Amino acid sequence: MTQLVSEIRASYAFVERNFNLVKRYWGWELVWLAYSIANALSITFIGAGTEAVTGQAIDTGYMILYLLVGTLVWHYLAVVFENVSELIAWERWEGTIEYTFMAPISRSTHMVGQTLFSLVYGLLHTGIILGMVALFFNLDLSQANLLGSFLMLVAGSLSFIGLGIVASVMPLLFPERGAQMTHVIQALLLLVSGVYFPISVLPGWMQPLARLSPATYVLEGMRAALLDGVSTGALLGHLGRLVLIGVIAIPLGLAVFRQAEKYAKRTGKLKRSG
Amino acid sequence: MSAMNHIALEILGVTKQFAKSNGVRWPWKRDGNGHKPVVAVDHVSLQIRRGEVFGILGPNGSGKSTLVRCIATLLLPDKGGIRVFGHDVLQEEMAVKQLINRVSVEASFFKKLTPMENLIYGARLYGLGARQARERALEVLERLGLKRQAIFQPMEEMSRGMQQKVAIARAFLTQPILLLLDEPTTGLDPRSKREVQAFVEELRDTHDATILLTTHDMQEAEALCDRIAILDEGQVVALDTPAGLKALVARTNGHEPTLEDVFMELTGKRLVEEKET
Repeated sequence: MTQLVSEIRASYAFVERNFNLVKRYWGWELVWLAYSIANALSITFIGAGTEAVTGQAIDTGYMILYLLVGTLVWHYLAVVFENVSELIAWERWEGTIEYTFMAPISRSTHMVGQTLFSLVYGLLHTGIILGMVALFFNLDLSQANLLGSFLMLVAGSLSFIGLGIVASVMPLLFPERGAQMTHVIQALLLLVSGVYFPISVLPGWMQPLARLSPATYVLEGMRAALLDGVSTGALLGHLGRLVLIGVIAIPLGLAVFRQAEKYAKRTGKLKRSG
Repeated sequence: MSAMNHIALEILGVTKQFAKSNGVRWPWKRDGNGHKPVVAVDHVSLQIRRGEVFGILGPNGSGKSTLVRCIATLLLPDKGGIRVFGHDVLQEEMAVKQLINRVSVEASFFKKLTPMENLIYGARLYGLGARQARERALEVLERLGLKRQAIFQPMEEMSRGMQQKVAIARAFLTQPILLLLDEPTTGLDPRSKREVQAFVEELRDTHDATILLTTHDMQEAEALCDRIAILDEGQVVALDTPAGLKALVARTNGHEPTLEDVFMELTGKRLVEEKET
């Protein structure tokens, strides 16, 4: 019991520390939020302008929602992925990595804390963007299956936490450029996952890659739930796939991380700052 | 108390070497890859008794910090073993981590956070509650001479000396029974250095803490340490009390030999040499 209390306190330490850092970097947070809102609006306005550009009659409301779901879901998943994968990068920037790695906590506890922060931060950030975009467009969600979309987001979070843990190994192994390498993973997921278009428009050889990305299932499921009002039962296939990816990716990520930590301790890479 | 409990730290034949880049790295080549091995710690064996303040003297690049990192579970030794109060650092890593804390030459903090926020973060990692941590942190920080106002200002606004005091407070907060002080006073002004040394003396006199102190400062080593090992090129070249070490060297120029004389005699080098491995 005492051990459990200690582990919970230690996990909370990361949540509290990260929110304290968000408070101190408030200027940067405002800039990032403004950028994210402008980005979401720009993409959504593409939907609003499609009819004018093509001269063809389209369901503009549907197109706006299609793009909005893409931009918001991607923003949320990317924030979760970035924050989990920056587990090591943050410590390297601040020079605290050795102190944190010397503390008597398991790496799982460390990850749980960082993940909790990522989820709360991602939800808050995405919620604010949704609120701002809603001021510009008349969003019709009367047919939406909100419970189904929520479950999709939870299942999608699991898989992205797993991917984030795997990606967090990069800054551990490559102190100078590891953080940038995680951006490559993110860009590839953005390309193949059908964030702003259906994956059927991708070249044939890319479509199997889309099926490897958990974001594809989250986006398809979210669009089905929010745009078409598909029942939760009909989403079970995608939910199952996402949970399966999460169940495999999280322990795999932890195992990979442990090996990378041993390598870093053997070669002295913990000491070096990026 | 058993004989084992008298030994706080036991280092047996520890060796650590690194591959230093000597040109272009090709990931697919394992040998002859522009790398040459550099031995940082070379078959070091030491025993430190409970309650002792043990000093390690050596020039830059002599292996002091590498040895401390091995003890602190931040580096894996290539050979040999380390036991902290009977716990093996590799096999019982978590038990060892509970017993130790380390202050390094760089005060590693989240610089945008205040000393109090940094200390509460550190305390939570060691299983302490925020209330308990806050009370203890206030007490230790004020004891170290930090004004109350400074405790709630970002660390980046503090001098390096003040930051180093916060680092010592953070280590002390978790009540380690083996405290690793890796050049804690390097780069501090004389007043800050004196205050940090006074705090170490107080720790030695009033708490059940064993302290391993690495330093370049001869006077500091002599004033604080019960025994001192001199490390050169990764090897222990002498180990004794300050008086015992001085007795190894003959009187020169009509004055009693100093620790620096001892070091020069044993290694043929100055203590602070800019030679980084």
